[in-house]
Amino acid sequence: MYLEQLIISARAVVVFTVLTGLAYPVLMTGAAQALFREQANGSLIVKNGKVAGSRLIGQPFDDPKFFWGRLSATGPVAYNGAASSGSNLGPLNPMLRKAVQDRIAALRSTDPGNPAPVPVDLVTSSGSGLDPHISPAAALYQSPRVARARGISEDSVRETVDRHTQGRFLGVLGEPTVNVLELNLALEAIKWDR
Amino acid sequence: MNANNLTQCLITLGALLILVKPLGAYMARIYEGEPTWLGKALGPVERLIYRLSGAGGREMNWKTYAVAFMLFNIVGLFVVYALQRLQYLLPLNPMGLGAVTPDSSFNTAVSFATNSNWQGYGGETTMSYLTQMAGLTVQNFVSAASGMAVLVAFIRGFSRKQAQTIGNFWVDLTRGTLYILLPLSVAVGLGIASQGVVQTFKPSVTVPFLQAAVDVNGAAVTTQTLAVGPAASQIAIKQLGTNGGGFFNVNSAHPFENPTPFSNFLQVLSILLIGASLCYTFGVLVKDRRQGWAILAAMFLLFIPLLWLEVAQEQRGNPLLAKIGVDQSASGLQPGGNMEGKETRHGIAQSAIWATATTAASNGSVNSMHDSFTPLGGLVPLFLMQLGEVVFGGVGSGLYGMLLFAVIAVFIAGLMVGRTPEYLGKKIEAYEIKMASLGILVPCAVVLIGTAVAVVSNAGLATIYNPGPHGFSEVLYAFSSAGNNNGSAFAGLGANNPFYNLMLGLAMFFARYWIAIPVLALGGSLAAKKAVPPSGGTLPTDTPLFVFFLIGTVLLVGALTFLPALALGPIVEHLMMVP
Repeated sequence: MYLEQLIISARAVVVFTVLTGLAYPVLMTGAAQALFREQANGSLIVKNGKVAGSRLIGQPFDDPKFFWGRLSATGPVAYNGAASSGSNLGPLNPMLRKAVQDRIAALRSTDPGNPAPVPVDLVTSSGSGLDPHISPAAALYQSPRVARARGISEDSVRETVDRHTQGRFLGVLGEPTVNVLELNLALEAIKWDR
Repeated sequence: MNANNLTQCLITLGALLILVKPLGAYMARIYEGEPTWLGKALGPVERLIYRLSGAGGREMNWKTYAVAFMLFNIVGLFVVYALQRLQYLLPLNPMGLGAVTPDSSFNTAVSFATNSNWQGYGGETTMSYLTQMAGLTVQNFVSAASGMAVLVAFIRGFSRKQAQTIGNFWVDLTRGTLYILLPLSVAVGLGIASQGVVQTFKPSVTVPFLQAAVDVNGAAVTTQTLAVGPAASQIAIKQLGTNGGGFFNVNSAHPFENPTPFSNFLQVLSILLIGASLCYTFGVLVKDRRQGWAILAAMFLLFIPLLWLEVAQEQRGNPLLAKIGVDQSASGLQPGGNMEGKETRHGIAQSAIWATATTAASNGSVNSMHDSFTPLGGLVPLFLMQLGEVVFGGVGSGLYGMLLFAVIAVFIAGLMVGRTPEYLGKKIEAYEIKMASLGILVPCAVVLIGTAVAVVSNAGLATIYNPGPHGFSEVLYAFSSAGNNNGSAFAGLGANNPFYNLMLGLAMFFARYWIAIPVLALGGSLAAKKAVPPSGGTLPTDTPLFVFFLIGTVLLVGALTFLPALALGPIVEHLMMVP
């Protein structure tokens, strides 16, 4: 009984490896590449014939003229797309409090006249360290600063934010988001137009 | 809990309930060997699998069934180990990754063979595409199909009378993989690929940074390397098979693994889908659908209050941050709440629904970092695992775990009135109670002893990340996860070292097989019994009374075993946080 079942086991592992470990992913790759070519290859943003980033992977910003994204806990550089990571800081960890305070200080130093409480997603680390989005509240909070740093009207910044705001799926699922990289690329294009 | 949170919860649970009956009925037909249109289309493949593997269709007694199940799992475990150790010599390794360390390879091999899918490693920096596909994806399928096979064999113990056999492992394994897991994976895989989950064999992509960044050493960084790979195919089965091992380090928090609210909805539904539907399958197989609905009702009634607690706690946010000028209120413009470790697109509701679902089912994938949850928000996933992964649970293993509790529940009820207990027409006697108790108590012992050893040894304490009671919660979470084959983590704990790789590897091994084998023994013993017709003294097991009795039994065992440990971790932390 043991030897017979052991031989079947060994043969079955090979058969199932070929079926589910080779045939299945290869067929799925073929189907995904045929049906959803852009998505299956990383949802890349192409500007003027050149790749400018991925719509799904955020980038680090700390220049006042750009919108800033979530904090990122990846190393050795923030938004390291080759090694995703969250901060894993517990709610009472003093390091969490410090990270939040440092971010608030950085936001306030570039925007001294803005006393509003800071939207929570703008001062906390995302789960992946690669979050491409911020909430519309976090974008509106930064709009006056970005407008000032770019020397353009706040209305045109807000209008660009609106165009890059995506509502909940079917109006219900998930949360409204603003894509930070696409928003910043759009702002750069405004500069080019002038 | 605001109105939008409530709507999102209701949509998820509603979609699940709608699918339970059609999928449950379909799975019953598959395991009964009845004709289906997919069976006609894929029949030649099924017969080819039997021919190539040399598996005959002969019925097996429970011992042969258990031997086949164990040997198949152990051979699979060796293959996954060897693939990791040798991946640097093998093809499909475009990033040129080296051999995985022996202790990490052991841990991962056990982890995937036991359907736990604890991730001690970071996927994109450790595993070659070949290891992900031929090692991990394969085990995602067959460990899930093995769990379902054990369940179906156990159910045959109730549906058969005076029988010596409980089915054929190879047939159950093959049919579960070919007709249930593969077609669902193709559908879900294409669904999530349409949303932006990557599926390619090309190496990583390099893109420019719009604003140059500076790394920790002060060097300028102007480009970003994006890890990609054949992810969608693996993620589909990782959710459906309640495996949970991600393609990337941060699992389904990664935007390439779970890019949109719709992909999130599909994945969270997949986590619960088969586990919940198997309750209906059970009802069909024992020819009394109300029995299946009763078990499902118990699962839902345990799930809903814990889901509510989870959403409410995370939405309430962190009082320490409110004090320093952070706006955590929910509105149409922001999710608010405790957003540390969560993704903007998922916000509070989808992160909390996921955390509850992934630990109710023994899935263990995450779309947010549980280590950064509020104390009671972290307690919910911890407690759901400690209940023994019986609220939906792993595919197959969740329901057979719950049926062990049902056996204990009728036994306790029998003691109260002094009658020999029966369940589904079979007398429950000393042997059955021994096996059921073994299956229920082994994971409890593994969790508590493992945690105790870790927190009194230097090696166990060395890699705790967060200070205070949260650090204890990290260790308790790790052993609760491994000791119940869940696989999620309070990921701050540095677990990729020889101590934790070995301890948690052993925990996963015992937790899986020391339940599965008693379950098969129980199935064999029940199958051999005569059916007793119900009499006036029989406790009906399809009534609200029994549902509450079952819930009480699950909670009693879970609470008595784990409340002291929970008090030292999340409960103390909560009291420290709340002013």
